[in-house]
Amino acid sequence: MKTSLILLNLLLATPVVAEEIWVTNEKDDTISVIDVATLEVTRTIPTGERPRGITFSHDFSRVYICASDSDAVQVMDPNTGEILNDLPSGEDPEQFVLHPDDRHLYIANEDDAVTTVVDVETRQVVAQINVGIEPEGMAVSPDGSTVIATSETTNMAHWINTETNEIFANTLVESRPRHAEFTHDGAALWVSSEIGGTISVFDTQTQAELADITFEVQGVHPDRVQPVGFEFTEDGKTVFVALGPSNHVAVVNAETYEVEDYILVGRRVWHMAFSADKSLLFTTNGVSGDVTVIDVARREAVKSIKVGRFPWGAALRP
Amino acid sequence: MRLIAWTCTLFYVFVASAQAEVAVKIGYLRQMVERPPVLSNLDPVPDDLGIAGAQVGLADNQTTGGFLGHDYTFEIVDVPVGDDVLAAARDVLSGTRLMIVDAPATDLLRIADLPEAQGAILFNVAAAETVLRDADCRANVLHTLPSDAMRADALMQFLVKKRWTRLAMISGAHEEDTALADTFRASAEKYGLNIAAEKAWNFDADMRRNAAQEVPAFTQDLGDHDVLLVADARDDYGRYIPYNTWLARPVAGTEGIVPAAWSPVVEQWGAAQLQSRFADHAHRAMRPRDYAAWAAMRTLGEAVTRTGAAAPDILRNYILSDAFELAGFKGRAMSFRAWNGQLRQPIPLSTPRALVAQAPLEGFLHQRNELDSLGLDQPESQCAAYGG
Repeated sequence: MKTSLILLNLLLATPVVAEEIWVTNEKDDTISVIDVATLEVTRTIPTGERPRGITFSHDFSRVYICASDSDAVQVMDPNTGEILNDLPSGEDPEQFVLHPDDRHLYIANEDDAVTTVVDVETRQVVAQINVGIEPEGMAVSPDGSTVIATSETTNMAHWINTETNEIFANTLVESRPRHAEFTHDGAALWVSSEIGGTISVFDTQTQAELADITFEVQGVHPDRVQPVGFEFTEDGKTVFVALGPSNHVAVVNAETYEVEDYILVGRRVWHMAFSADKSLLFTTNGVSGDVTVIDVARREAVKSIKVGRFPWGAALRP
Repeated sequence: MRLIAWTCTLFYVFVASAQAEVAVKIGYLRQMVERPPVLSNLDPVPDDLGIAGAQVGLADNQTTGGFLGHDYTFEIVDVPVGDDVLAAARDVLSGTRLMIVDAPATDLLRIADLPEAQGAILFNVAAAETVLRDADCRANVLHTLPSDAMRADALMQFLVKKRWTRLAMISGAHEEDTALADTFRASAEKYGLNIAAEKAWNFDADMRRNAAQEVPAFTQDLGDHDVLLVADARDDYGRYIPYNTWLARPVAGTEGIVPAAWSPVVEQWGAAQLQSRFADHAHRAMRPRDYAAWAAMRTLGEAVTRTGAAAPDILRNYILSDAFELAGFKGRAMSFRAWNGQLRQPIPLSTPRALVAQAPLEGFLHQRNELDSLGLDQPESQCAAYGG
C-alpha cells in the first residue's frame, strides 16, 4: 500500500511530456487531461468551483483557470496539478485572454459587467473597465494593442485600448455574443452571437462590419443553431465554429465567408482546441459530457472521449 | 477667422449633444387589487411584484445606453384600490408614450381605449386572458406575459410527449378557475387528449388540517387517469392535492408540474445570471410577472438600441418587424406575433425544485416558428386591430 502511494506520488511529480488537451468540467470542478496520442483521459485534476476559461502561459509552465464560483483565477502547475496561487480576478470570472506580453490577463467578470486586468507577476489588479451586462467573449489583437470584451445582454463588442485600458469603440452585434477572435493578421475581428445565430466580421481599423455569416443545419430548427466558440486553422483560411445545441461544428471559409461543411459532434458543443500539428480538433460537448475529436483534413468526427460533467473550455499543452 | 472657429465649436457641440440625446422615459402603472383570502399563509405576494423585474431590465438598458448615449428613466405610479385608474393613466401618458401596465384585463382595456393612449405603446404584464390576444386585442397593447392558452398548450405538449393521454381535472368554483378549466379543456382537445372526468372543488373546510382525509375521498370517483389537472387560479387549495389523491398519479396545471412564463428553477441558457441579478436586486426569487416586466423593459431597450430612436411609432414598427429579437434566457430568440402583439416565448414546465421540460417540445412543428405551436395561432385569432 505504502509503496504504491509512493509510486503514485513519483508518477505525479514526474513532468509529463505527452501532448495533451486540457478540458475544464464546469459541473465537476475538475480538469480532464486528454492524451493526444492515445485519445484517452490520463488524469483528472481538482480545481476551484465551476471552472470555465482555461489558458496556458506562453512557456506552458503555468495554467490559468477561471474558477467562476470561487471568484478567482487559479494558477496551477501543470506538472503536479498543484494550485500555486489565486489571482484577484473580480467576481465571477468566466473567460479571459492572455496578452501577448504573457503578463496581463484580461478577465470577463460575468456577474459584474466589468473587465478586470490582472498582472500575473505582481498578482495585482491593474485596471477594471466597465463594460456591458454579462461580459464573456475576450480576444486580444496579435500586436497586443486592442482587447475585445463582448457582453451578452448588452449585445456589444467593446474595443479596449491596452495602453490606457479604456474603451475606444463599441460595436453592436446580434443577440448574445459569446466569443471573439482576431484573424491571425489582426485585420479583422470575428464575433459569434448565440441567439442571433450569426458570426459578425468587423474591420479592425474602422470597426465597420465586413460580413454577417449565417448557418443552416439540415433537420435542425434555426433557433437551435447557436454559434459559440470558434477557432482559426493555422493558415487562417478556415474557421471551425461550435454551433451549441444544434450539435454540429460548422466549417467556414474565412476568405469567402461561406459555410463549407457541418460536422455532427456531441450535444451542446461549446469550445474547442487544436492539437499541436493542427491535424485534430477537440470540441467540448456540455450536455453529453464528452469531447469529440475531429480529423481536420477529412472534416470528420473520429472519436468521442468521455470527460466530466459539462465540459466547457479546452486548451492545448504541447 | 475667430467667428468661423466659434461657429465650428457650436456645430460640434450641437452634434455631440444631439447624439447623446435619446431620452427614453418609461412609466409603470400598477392598479392595486384586493387579494381574496387563501388557505395557506406560506407564500405572501411580494410588494414589488412586477416592478422589481422592470427595475432589473431598466438597469440592463441603462448599462447599454451608457455606451450609446441613450438615457432611460423610469416612473412608477401605484393606484390604490378604488382610486381612478384612468386618471392615473392619463397622468402617466402625459409624460411618456411608453407604459408598462400591471392591471386586471378590464382596467387594461379601459386604459388602452383612452384617447390619450392612442399611438402609445402599452405593455401588458399582468393579464393572461387569451381574449386580450384575440377579439379584445388592441393595437397599442403588447403582451410580454404569455396567455393562458400558451401555458395550457405547453402543458398539453408535455402530456402528449409523455403519452399521459387520459386526464382528470379538478377546478375551483371562482370565475377565474372556471375560465382556466375552459382553457385546459380547449387545449386538451387541440392536442387530442381526453379529460374523462371532472369535479368542482367547493370545500369550505380548512384543508391544512384534513387534506389527508378529504382529498382521497374526493378524488376516488374520478376513475382511472394518467394525470390529474388542477385549475386553481387563486393558488388556494391546489397545494393540498399532491400525494393525497386516491390513485398515485402526478398532478399538473397550477400545482405539481406548472407551465409558467418563468420559474426560479430555470437555470440553463444563461438564466442563472438573470436569476442572480434579480435576487441581488429584490432579495427574492423571480416570478412570472417580474419576468414579463423585465421582458417589456428589455424589448424597449432592444428597440431603442437598434433604432436609435425613442418615438413610439418607430419603436413599434421595429418591435413587430422580423428584425426584432430578444434574448430572454430561455434558449431561443423571442419575437412578437405581428398579428396580435403577443411575445413568442418558450414556456418552462417546472416543479418547485427542477425544470421538467420546456415547450415547445421536440416534434411539435409549425410552418413558421415552433414557438407558434403555443397559444392562439394567426388563422384562428379574431384580432383585427393589427390589420390582419
